[in-house]
Amino acid sequence: MSTAIFKPRPEQVAQESDGTVSNYLNASFSIRSWLLTVDHKRIAILYLISISAMFFLGGIFAMLIRMELLTPAGDLMQSETYNKMFTMHGVVMVFFFLIPATPAVFGNFLLPLMIGAKDLAFPRLNLLSWYLYTAGALLAIGSIVFGGVDTGWTFYTPYSTTYANSNVILAALGAFIAGFSSILTGLNFIVTIHKMRAPGLTWFKMPLFVWGHYATSIIQVLGTPVVAITIILVALERLFHIGIFNPELGGDPILFQHLFWFYSHPAVYIMILPAMGVISEVITCFSKKKVFGYEFIALSSMAIALLGFLVWGHHMYTSGQSTYASLVFSVLTFLVAIPSAIKVFNWTATLYKGSVSYDAPMLYAIGFLGLFTIGGLTGVFLATLAVDVHVHDTYFIVAHFHYIMVGGSIMGYMAALHFWWPKITGRLYPEGWARFSALIIFIGFNLTFFPQFVVGYLGMPRRYHIYPEEFQIWNVFSTAGSSILGIGYLIPLIYLIWSLKSGPKASPNPWNAKGLEWERCPSPPPTHNFDHTPVVIEEAYAYEHKIWIK
Amino acid sequence: MSHHVVPLKTYYTIFFALLALTAITVAVAFLDLGALNDVVAMGIASTKASLVILFFMHVKYSSKLTWVAIIGGIIFLAILLIIILSDYMTRGADTFPQAW
Amino acid sequence: MSAKNTALQHHFNDLDQQYQASQLGMWAFLVQELLFFGGLFAGYVVYRNLYPEAWTLGSHELDVSLGSTNTAILILSSLTMAMAVYWAQKGQKTKLVLFLVATLILGCSFLGIKVIEYSHKVQHHLLPGNGFSFDSPLADQVRIFFSFYFAMTGMHAFHMIVGAGILIWLIVQAMKGRYTAEYNTPIEMFGLYWHFVDVVWIYLFPLLYLIGRN
Repeated sequence: MSTAIFKPRPEQVAQESDGTVSNYLNASFSIRSWLLTVDHKRIAILYLISISAMFFLGGIFAMLIRMELLTPAGDLMQSETYNKMFTMHGVVMVFFFLIPATPAVFGNFLLPLMIGAKDLAFPRLNLLSWYLYTAGALLAIGSIVFGGVDTGWTFYTPYSTTYANSNVILAALGAFIAGFSSILTGLNFIVTIHKMRAPGLTWFKMPLFVWGHYATSIIQVLGTPVVAITIILVALERLFHIGIFNPELGGDPILFQHLFWFYSHPAVYIMILPAMGVISEVITCFSKKKVFGYEFIALSSMAIALLGFLVWGHHMYTSGQSTYASLVFSVLTFLVAIPSAIKVFNWTATLYKGSVSYDAPMLYAIGFLGLFTIGGLTGVFLATLAVDVHVHDTYFIVAHFHYIMVGGSIMGYMAALHFWWPKITGRLYPEGWARFSALIIFIGFNLTFFPQFVVGYLGMPRRYHIYPEEFQIWNVFSTAGSSILGIGYLIPLIYLIWSLKSGPKASPNPWNAKGLEWERCPSPPPTHNFDHTPVVIEEAYAYEHKIWIK
Repeated sequence: MSHHVVPLKTYYTIFFALLALTAITVAVAFLDLGALNDVVAMGIASTKASLVILFFMHVKYSSKLTWVAIIGGIIFLAILLIIILSDYMTRGADTFPQAW
Repeated sequence: MSAKNTALQHHFNDLDQQYQASQLGMWAFLVQELLFFGGLFAGYVVYRNLYPEAWTLGSHELDVSLGSTNTAILILSSLTMAMAVYWAQKGQKTKLVLFLVATLILGCSFLGIKVIEYSHKVQHHLLPGNGFSFDSPLADQVRIFFSFYFAMTGMHAFHMIVGAGILIWLIVQAMKGRYTAEYNTPIEMFGLYWHFVDVVWIYLFPLLYLIGRN
């Protein structure tokens, strides 16, 4: 391996003779054709733009949090302001980035292509779901502009319903509307996968990316409505003082937590399952080897989706929930770790004796393997009732979920972004810069969040803008890491946008990958996806059928 | 494309059954059956719901996939209700043995 | 151009695939609705468990005869809706329109009775909020009962209003001859929605109106 990584390989670049073929991007340039599109690929691009904007907005709040936490004293902002910072960071990142990201961008773009269909089952519902997402995002931004929310993204009662003076209803309404976007996306995917697969594409020949999105969609349809009605109840309580969450009026605040976490725990599986689907695609392509244990990975996705609905009380061990309930939730939470572990073993086994190359998507995938494992293992620590009682509401928890959500979900998203960038845009990104940023992100991420395990275990609580002096060193590491991480995310923003005009044009299959989206359509695909409906005869990831020469 | 056409007579029968069950549930509510009142009320409601689902919504003649979707939804609703209730019904049951 | 050709959307292979997709889509939507109402039922069950006397007191304020009448009206509207689907499947436009209109009238009657019930409650200071008052040491708990009463029946009524709106649109389309024996999917799919709303009421009625009546 030499400086060859800085130039695209010959087979990655489009042939001269391709000319300017009609594709979904150049089919029409009017704003109307974009804002009224029903093409799933264009809708994916619309989502890519809104979701990226929300990601960087959430990132700004993260930056402000880390700047305040550089010093033990509350010198940058007052506690009320700080409360708004971590609330908005959470609301924006959870509801407006992590939950939609991979499904709305990559699921939308790729699902019909991967199963040989012309579009999703309900293209107009798809467009509606983007408008709902955007409307919800605007409401959330409105709540920021009008002074912010300070309840934490979890909106715990009775603070959020009785005592908070901030824009709770506005922010909650934004999340509510975005929730319906999520439900419609899930509904669309379920029907598409059941009813629109190409001839020959049986369930167990589908790419695991599709299985991951199917499992995700089930969670979206079953879980999101519960948080939707909960948000309505919070609004009613706030407006009319109906008393259902207010202990002074005979209500029980823990009921809110039950209803909230019934969705919000499965929601974390909405965030990780699509990323896991991406990892299956990337690891197989860059090991040039079929996945180890296909059926186990597929069925583990389903197991995670279903078992994930049984464990929500592990967020409530210290809430006043009965000890009996906590014990039951603890046991069930141990169980839900098993299918995730099976997947990690299988991906690792896929790498074994594979012909591994380290292009940027693979770097992100390997990073995912390590960081998700750490996040997942710490999850098992937290499932343990006796441990969680001590570290609940400390930075240990914060570190745990950031390892999974950033080290896991966002790494998966970045892997997807790079892997399918040539297919989506018809351009190659600069590989050298991409590998460099992956490394920066990995280093920055670990420097930001590993110290948080330590300082959390040492007792630093979360959601406080001040802390004892002895914790400062860990916070300094963490803030330093976050600056590096921030730069790591900015670099791809720059080179990806640059590549749109100036990157080399991509061949139909620059990665020599298996899959209908690579083997049966050009980069970028035409509006109608396929000239002829493909007939599927191969298993997924049939990489061993060819001899690969580097 | 032929979809099952349910005969009108079936619809009328189900309709009258639903009305009758409604009358029964109201009547029974005025009797004192103790704890059984709730059981009977929910039992009748579930019977009525089943009639509407099976016949008016054509589920009796629908695919297995439809059945899976419905039963799946009911199961997850049951999980929501049962687990939340199990918290409330076991509060105050925390008695731990003293340390030796 | 027959209705069959214009009805097939470009991304489906044939009308049957489109119909099956619509059906699965509507059922997935109804499952979501089940969980949506489910959150309210969960809260109801918790508080009924905690405050059984207050639940009885609250329920006694509701009018069983109005509730029973509304139940009968909804059941009848499910019958008329099922018959609308039947006549659509038979390609009989006039009868289809007739039964859609009947369903609409029955739905509006239901809503009319609910308006009567709600205004009665408001007059008697039973609407949760600053105007709520109930003469009993259990007033706070009874207020929670009425919170669930208004939230659950209100959400149900909202779904009926949306349903009524869709019915009007369907009636207009049906009068234009849009639905035939070959293509009547929207009628059937709306029927599923309407029956679902009926099923929700089938549970709401005993749970709210028939507590401790003995």
